[in-house]
Amino acid sequence: MNVQTPVEQLKPADYASDQEVRWCPGCGDYAIVKSVQRTMADLKLAPENVVFISGIGCAARFPYYMATYGFHTIHGRAPAIATGTKLANPDLDIWVVMGDGDCLSIGGNHTLHAIRRNVDIQMLLFNNEIYGLTKGQYSPTSRLGTRSPSTPQGSIDAPVNATVFALGAGARFVARSVDTNQKHLPGILKRAHAHRGASFVEIIQNCIVYNDGAFSGWTDKAAAADSQILVEHGQKLVFGKDGDRGLRLDRDSLSLEVVTVGENGVTEDDILVHDETNRVLANLLGAMEHPEFPVAIGVLYCNPAETYDAAVHRQIAETLEKTPPTDLNAMLRSGRTWTVAPG
Amino acid sequence: MATKLAESRPDGELQRKSVDAVVIRFAGDSGDGMQLTGTQFTQSTALMGNDLATFPDFPAEIRAPVGTTYGVSAFQINFASYDIMTPGDAPDVLVAMNPAALKVHLRDVPKGGTIVLNTDAFTDRNIAKAGFGANPLEDGTLDNYVTIEIDIQKMTLAAVAGLGVTNKEALRCKNMWALGLMCWMYDRDRQPTVDWIEQRFGKRAPEIAKANIAALNAGHAYGETAELPSGIPAYIVPKADVQPGVYRAVTGTEAVAWGLVTGARKAGLKLFFGSYPITPASSLLHTLSNLKQYGVTTFQAEDEIAAVCSAIGASFAGSIGVTSSSGPGVALKTEGITLAFAAELPLVIVNSQRGGPSTGLPTKTEQSDLYQAVYGRNADSPLPVIASCTAGDCFFAAIEAVRIAVTYMTPVILLTDGYLANAAEPWEIPDIDEVPDFKVDFATAGEGFHPFLRDGKTLARNWAVPGTPGLMHRIGGIEKSYDTGHISYDPDNHHRMTKVRAAKVDGIADDIPLQEVASGPKSGRLAVVGWGSTFGAINQAVERSLAAGLDVAHIHIRHVWPLPRNLGELLAGYEKILVPEMNNGQLITVLRDRFLVPAEGLNQISGLPFKVSDLEAAIRERLES
Ligand SMILES: Cc1ncc(C[n+]2csc(CCOP(=O)(O)OP(=O)(O)O)c2C)c(N)n1
Ligand code: SF4
Ligand SMILES: [Mg+2]
Repeated sequence: MNVQTPVEQLKPADYASDQEVRWCPGCGDYAIVKSVQRTMADLKLAPENVVFISGIGCAARFPYYMATYGFHTIHGRAPAIATGTKLANPDLDIWVVMGDGDCLSIGGNHTLHAIRRNVDIQMLLFNNEIYGLTKGQYSPTSRLGTRSPSTPQGSIDAPVNATVFALGAGARFVARSVDTNQKHLPGILKRAHAHRGASFVEIIQNCIVYNDGAFSGWTDKAAAADSQILVEHGQKLVFGKDGDRGLRLDRDSLSLEVVTVGENGVTEDDILVHDETNRVLANLLGAMEHPEFPVAIGVLYCNPAETYDAAVHRQIAETLEKTPPTDLNAMLRSGRTWTVAPG
Repeated sequence: MATKLAESRPDGELQRKSVDAVVIRFAGDSGDGMQLTGTQFTQSTALMGNDLATFPDFPAEIRAPVGTTYGVSAFQINFASYDIMTPGDAPDVLVAMNPAALKVHLRDVPKGGTIVLNTDAFTDRNIAKAGFGANPLEDGTLDNYVTIEIDIQKMTLAAVAGLGVTNKEALRCKNMWALGLMCWMYDRDRQPTVDWIEQRFGKRAPEIAKANIAALNAGHAYGETAELPSGIPAYIVPKADVQPGVYRAVTGTEAVAWGLVTGARKAGLKLFFGSYPITPASSLLHTLSNLKQYGVTTFQAEDEIAAVCSAIGASFAGSIGVTSSSGPGVALKTEGITLAFAAELPLVIVNSQRGGPSTGLPTKTEQSDLYQAVYGRNADSPLPVIASCTAGDCFFAAIEAVRIAVTYMTPVILLTDGYLANAAEPWEIPDIDEVPDFKVDFATAGEGFHPFLRDGKTLARNWAVPGTPGLMHRIGGIEKSYDTGHISYDPDNHHRMTKVRAAKVDGIADDIPLQEVASGPKSGRLAVVGWGSTFGAINQAVERSLAAGLDVAHIHIRHVWPLPRNLGELLAGYEKILVPEMNNGQLITVLRDRFLVPAEGLNQISGLPFKVSDLEAAIRERLES
């Protein structure tokens, strides 16, 4: 175990490094770093046990701003590096920070496999639906028709839905929140931290320079109530200013539909209850897109299983028990040997 | 008709002819178990005290169509009563289990050589499939050889009859029959093979174990009772006069694995190994996966990029991260390697070189990744490169790679190749206690810490691992300030950091042995300069040339980068320099570049190791001209 230092007195600001933050003024990343620092303070995490590992991109600058251990690596590979760090020292509390290009384009393979293996790390995707650092090209999460320097006539390839991708990869924890939602995001980060295994969190992030307002249709305060649905385990899937709109399962097409209680014979009983251990439901919720649907915010799925790092170390422990190590001289002399006598 | 054996056996006690060295090649279909046969023969031979070297040569296809030439798998062993260093130029005896094996390997058998033929397999169909126009057993093809024609298949079926195995299982025992015969011919003990069979099948399939042993014994008995009219020649190969000690057979792969484990132990670190399967590097992943009890964590990553990255992540956490691959995989790792170089983290990259470019000749050996190792990265990113020269040397080369990686906080490339990885040799097992420690001291909290504080002598940065209170820091690929370790875009700082990183790697030259001359005079008419697995062949050729009175020396380079400090001066002492390489000329470029020497290349790019005789001829030619 690593030595813990007293952390009771640490405040959010104590988790901030002394490095000057270099994001554009007004970038959503500021709000996220604030939420993360607050979460750390709330959880009283010992900074020496916390490691931030990132790839390359605006989002990936994140580790420099945290007074913890940090590794700013190469584009797309943070999940692979974090896997090695976690396997080497499972006691470390590892947070991976990725942009959408980082996570789902160049690093899509590593994201898939870190999730599939269920490595016990927090994987934070800062989704701004654009390549920020390289000055605004469209990304794999950009919506069809996105105009960018590389797609002057609009993008023509269908975007990937991050949460559905994660679920498809076998994720056991998938959540979504919004950069500026300071009431919601820290709670989600705490849930992600509490979850043992790969916790995938999509954080919707506004790039004020290259994709400003991409999400404002549903993230703006005025629009939020009618275009977001806050999902909570065991609670009815309702939303709207008056809380009378909800999600119902259309059993014929196995799809969700938005209904209003009291209209067309819809009653409270027709509204689905969120079950965060239900993978099918999580897929349906994650796939909902504005404006046809409200965007689901919260923990879409949480259903823990043995983590990869635990399993790796379990096998090592089993091996140690079955075949205790000899000294290395004996290791080299195990199996068939022969002796050449002098003379 | 082929020449049959002329001598008949004298009555009474069998007279074995004593020979000093023999080269046997077992060749058959990939499904015939030739690698296994060769390995077992090697074990017995090692236990009998001969010196030996082997050369497994197998096809890229896992199960190529039966009877095709491209499905032929072979295993050559050279064993002797004296010190030998190569698997032998040409087989004295070829065991050909089918026409395709004969077709592929006949050209290597010198006139007068012995060929054991499994005649059952010489059906019209197989003969045609192998590409013979007519039956080679009948058309005079084998006139100049001594042939021993046996219905091995039939013999095997008879031997295992009644043991309760299926016909298919019975036929699988024919390699054991052939092995039994060869054990008889060369007076090898069958017991190690019997033990192995019992260990492998005894519990799981006792009837298969019995059948294999029966076939082995039957092959042996066949020789003993000389069912051939002319008898079968029988030999003894006296023990080699080797250094007293405890020995075992070792392949380069095993030696690298044990060397990495030992290196990690000497550094006081855990070993993390991340890899992605590729021939011929996979066997290292397999070997290390079975050494978990020695502080080894293995990880089969999703690709080579993830493999190197996981190893870097592990080094960041305070393990020694190791990754391995062959050329194409190492190419994928390049960006990760430069991250480790820039972040100054220890890392060992093992490259088991194979024939390239691209997929090339994946199961054949080559030395064509030297450029990649020395020069093959973007930006100014020099790395130490070590090349092991024999299977046994792989052990020490791996320890050295770990030592340099942790002492200098740098990635290190360890070059082996397909030949070293697979070939077995007897190895005097070293005493681990005699390998010096190089314990790592992690940074501990103190005034003025920053992650890029350097040791005045090695220029290595200090290594603080996550989990250590008070030393929280961030590292990465962006340029760091020399003075604070924080990111810096300052132009002068970048110049300075580039120079410091280069000086650090260059300084390793002061921490490696000076270049020695492996054989021959320290100056003179000709130096043959090699690296890697050609060591044995070059050394033998030079030794023979020296014995013939020629003025030639062998210089073997183990530290390919940085090169030993005295190498330039040493090379200047020879009139001519010949650089044999299993590539199109790579070390030679480095030597010319560093030392402006008039070196000449001798390049063989056939996927096969050099023959001693070819090298001898080349030496003679240089000295005569
Ligand atoms: C191997 C490699 N390819 C390309 C780049 C250039 N690059 C840096 S960041 C980036 C994309 C950034 O977009 P995203 O991951 O969404 O992060 P953001 O900047 O939006 O936070 C690219 C293409 C690189 N650094 N390395
Ligand atoms: S480019 Fe966009 S994502 Fe990057 S720092 Fe600026 S606002 Fe943020
Ligand atoms: Mg982005």
